[in-house]
Amino acid sequence: MHTLSIGELAQKLAAKQISSLELTDHFLERLSRLNPALNAVITPTVDLARAQAAAADRRRSAGESGPLLGIPLIHKDIFCTEGVRTSCGSRMLDNFVSPYDATVVSRLRCAGAVMLGKSNMDEFAMGSSNETSYYGPVKNPWDLTKVPGGSSGGSAAALAAGLAAFATGTDTGGSIRQPAALTGVVGFKPTYGRVSRYGMIAFASSLDQAGTFTRSAQDAAIVLQAMAGFDPKDSTSVDRPVPDYQGLLGAPLKGLKIGLLQEFFEGLDERNGALIHAALAEFRKLGATTCEVSLPNLPLSVPTYYVVAPAECSSNLSRFDGVRFGYRCEDPKDLMDLYKRSRGEGFGAEVKRRIMTGTYVLSAGYYDAYYLKAQKIRQLITDDFRRAFESVDMLIGPTTPTPAFAIGAKVDDPITMYLNDIYTIGANLAGLPAVSLPCGFVDSLPMGLQLVGPHFAEDSLLNAAHGYQQVTDWHRRTPAGYA
Amino acid sequence: MEWEVVIGLEIHAQLATRTKIFSGSATAYGAPPNTQANLVDLGYPGVLPVLNAEAVRMAVKFGLAVGASIAHRSVFARKNYFYPDLPKGYQISQFELPVVSGGTLSIMLEDGSTKTIGITRAHLEEDAGKSLHEGLASATGIDLNRAGTPLLEIVSEPDMRSAKEAVAYMKKMHTLVRYLEICDGNMQEGSFRCDANVSVRPKGQEKFGTRAELKNINSFRFVEKAIHYEVARQIDLIESGGKVVQETRLYDSDKGETRSMRSKEEANDYRYFPDPDLLPLEIEPAFIESVRDTLPELPDAKAARFAADYGLSAYDSGVLASSRELAAFFEEVVAAAGAANAKPAANWIMGDFSASLNRDALDLAAAPVSSAALAGLLHRIADNTISGKMAKDVFEIMWSEGSGADAVIQARGLTQITDTGAIEKAIDECMAANPKQLADYRAGKDKLFGFFVGQVMKATQGKANPAQLNELLKKKLG
Repeated sequence: MHTLSIGELAQKLAAKQISSLELTDHFLERLSRLNPALNAVITPTVDLARAQAAAADRRRSAGESGPLLGIPLIHKDIFCTEGVRTSCGSRMLDNFVSPYDATVVSRLRCAGAVMLGKSNMDEFAMGSSNETSYYGPVKNPWDLTKVPGGSSGGSAAALAAGLAAFATGTDTGGSIRQPAALTGVVGFKPTYGRVSRYGMIAFASSLDQAGTFTRSAQDAAIVLQAMAGFDPKDSTSVDRPVPDYQGLLGAPLKGLKIGLLQEFFEGLDERNGALIHAALAEFRKLGATTCEVSLPNLPLSVPTYYVVAPAECSSNLSRFDGVRFGYRCEDPKDLMDLYKRSRGEGFGAEVKRRIMTGTYVLSAGYYDAYYLKAQKIRQLITDDFRRAFESVDMLIGPTTPTPAFAIGAKVDDPITMYLNDIYTIGANLAGLPAVSLPCGFVDSLPMGLQLVGPHFAEDSLLNAAHGYQQVTDWHRRTPAGYA
Repeated sequence: MEWEVVIGLEIHAQLATRTKIFSGSATAYGAPPNTQANLVDLGYPGVLPVLNAEAVRMAVKFGLAVGASIAHRSVFARKNYFYPDLPKGYQISQFELPVVSGGTLSIMLEDGSTKTIGITRAHLEEDAGKSLHEGLASATGIDLNRAGTPLLEIVSEPDMRSAKEAVAYMKKMHTLVRYLEICDGNMQEGSFRCDANVSVRPKGQEKFGTRAELKNINSFRFVEKAIHYEVARQIDLIESGGKVVQETRLYDSDKGETRSMRSKEEANDYRYFPDPDLLPLEIEPAFIESVRDTLPELPDAKAARFAADYGLSAYDSGVLASSRELAAFFEEVVAAAGAANAKPAANWIMGDFSASLNRDALDLAAAPVSSAALAGLLHRIADNTISGKMAKDVFEIMWSEGSGADAVIQARGLTQITDTGAIEKAIDECMAANPKQLADYRAGKDKLFGFFVGQVMKATQGKANPAQLNELLKKKLG
């Protein structure tokens, strides 16, 4: 049951073959049994989940229906959930019980989805391996000695291990797509502004975007349908109708123009490249045409990102000062001591590194050389993408340079760790929608391919991904021991 | 050496919106601490700002009123610093691209001439909360009711050359924002406050001296005092061989002095950058025009009209136009009493009427004498029912009883005596009763004329028409 798609589960619920409560209990049982080895979920919400499931069953009895009614999910612990601890993977918020729900959380709850718990994550979403979490690293269900990727590693691992039917995540520089690739699931990052950021604890506001972890592109369409849309509480959310994503699936891919991101193939591991080329062959069989496309400024995306994101983070995280909520040091002797020790003790090393980097690049005398220059390069990268989309419908490339790496392998080398996001960051800088799809294995570990589309091309990305999944079954593979 | 003072003001006007600039909390003053602070104001994790359109409308209204240009595109920026009353660790303000730039405001100098003060810019920003110490033993309390209240920061050019000019500018600005109904102007509550940039230079020197920024000035009187103190301090310092350092100084109104808060070296690096939570503010020309349509007649235009239409002096016109309410009251009185009564109306409003308001600490709206009642009194003066002198007493009674002029005149039998025979009779009696004075007067003691006026007035209980009395008395005394 835990390997079925949302669509399949919804059919069973609709046919009363199973109740939401039974389905929820099934996942909760798996969660309590399998999670200790994975550390994917840090706050199970058993009682709440059962209450929500019972409520979903009542709603169904009352005649309501819907593709997510009674479907269990796990929320990344970056989304505020009323009455439930929202830690963001940090000691700073270990004691923080949110007094309100994020818009993503309330929309999915209204759609009838059942929250099983909150997933582990890199602290404040800063990391690519889930090793910066205050709650310890998450293990990859495909190999417990490997990382699941990050920052949404808990959501990815939980879904891959069949602990929920789907999960939410956020993607600032690849934090959905990279872990999705490394755990063999579908990770979808919508256009910046498509999903409300209200209640999503900010890391880098101009890059952060909420998205989904699902078993298929079709499931992604179902979940995105519920999440997307204008939110008056988020000025950067876009007031634009949400298309019927699921209804648009199945359109023929004939004539679809896919561009190979040349820059992504340079120096790429041959086995990884082979998987992408195999996928391209499938797309061509479906009637798509492919060509090479160059985005000359794209190689600058990592350094650009590591100026812009820390700059925003240094400001966004100022509110964690020990005054109103969150961690406060013992016996502060004065205000400065309160600030210094609360933040010094409450934040982990990677978060501090980024706050310091960000503070530096915004400082008087450095602003122009770093922040302003990075914003200009960001514009150049965005322009590169825009030009590319004048000739192709979407771009294709690998999601990550390598499969999942060993826990501990890169923790002491932030630069190597940062380069993990080399293929994913561009879409964030340009605010574009992108999806990572399972496309094969290297060293028995799953790999992902990435499709990047123009702004608000969620529908065509999902349709292409769905088409690919109709003729391949990489997305149906399950790690041994979790079938 | 002769010194020239150079002053620029940064005025913070709290915009009179119902709700805060980036949240739906109320902005009302005086509520119990932290009862008007929601999750956005508290800077909770995950919350986002949403701009209040009304605050933008008010900023645009201000910009139009001072002839400034309204930016088609302006940007909100974060000003980063740590302080307990600043929940997010940054203040949302405007930095490089303000909504309003390049306006002017004219002020009237003591010699009656006018001077134009340049307005560099005006930008929207949020206020911080307050730290509270009263009633808290060894702790500091934080009240975030004010956090997020919209402010318009109005920055002038360094165009003022004396404390008096600075006060005149601040007063004029105070008048203007209340005219525009964008700020209640309440200085006790901090709705209108200013910082002053002050420097001195040898007269004739073009280059500005090093300036000090004086913070925390919340009354017209304090602006003048703080600047005087600071100018004297800087001149003393330079003349005794020292140098003024660029710094921020706090004005202490209790001690009447300014003292250093922080020097330029210690100044915060605010690390301004565009707020990624807010899109650039784009203002369409049509919106600007719709705001322009709501502009009231502005103080200068109104004063000019009063002078032209009613023949009032520039000073009187300026005083009446200094408050929109007072000007409206004046016009109501004139409408009821007739344009011929405009001058007396102005005199009464600026005289007894304003004095009574001040004495009883009343707002114009609470005045017991209405515009119609005051017009009624003016009618009775004009038609000689009562004299100007009697009118003062009648006004007092109207003020305390809240009744109309005619009712007071009738009830007290205060009608002026204009019957020549009656006045003559009273004069005759007085002359008969004071033979010595009469003899002295006739012997050349002219001063005794006043004595007889007084005696007749006393005998008629002040009701004799003064002009007639004068004329008849002169005749009778010979």
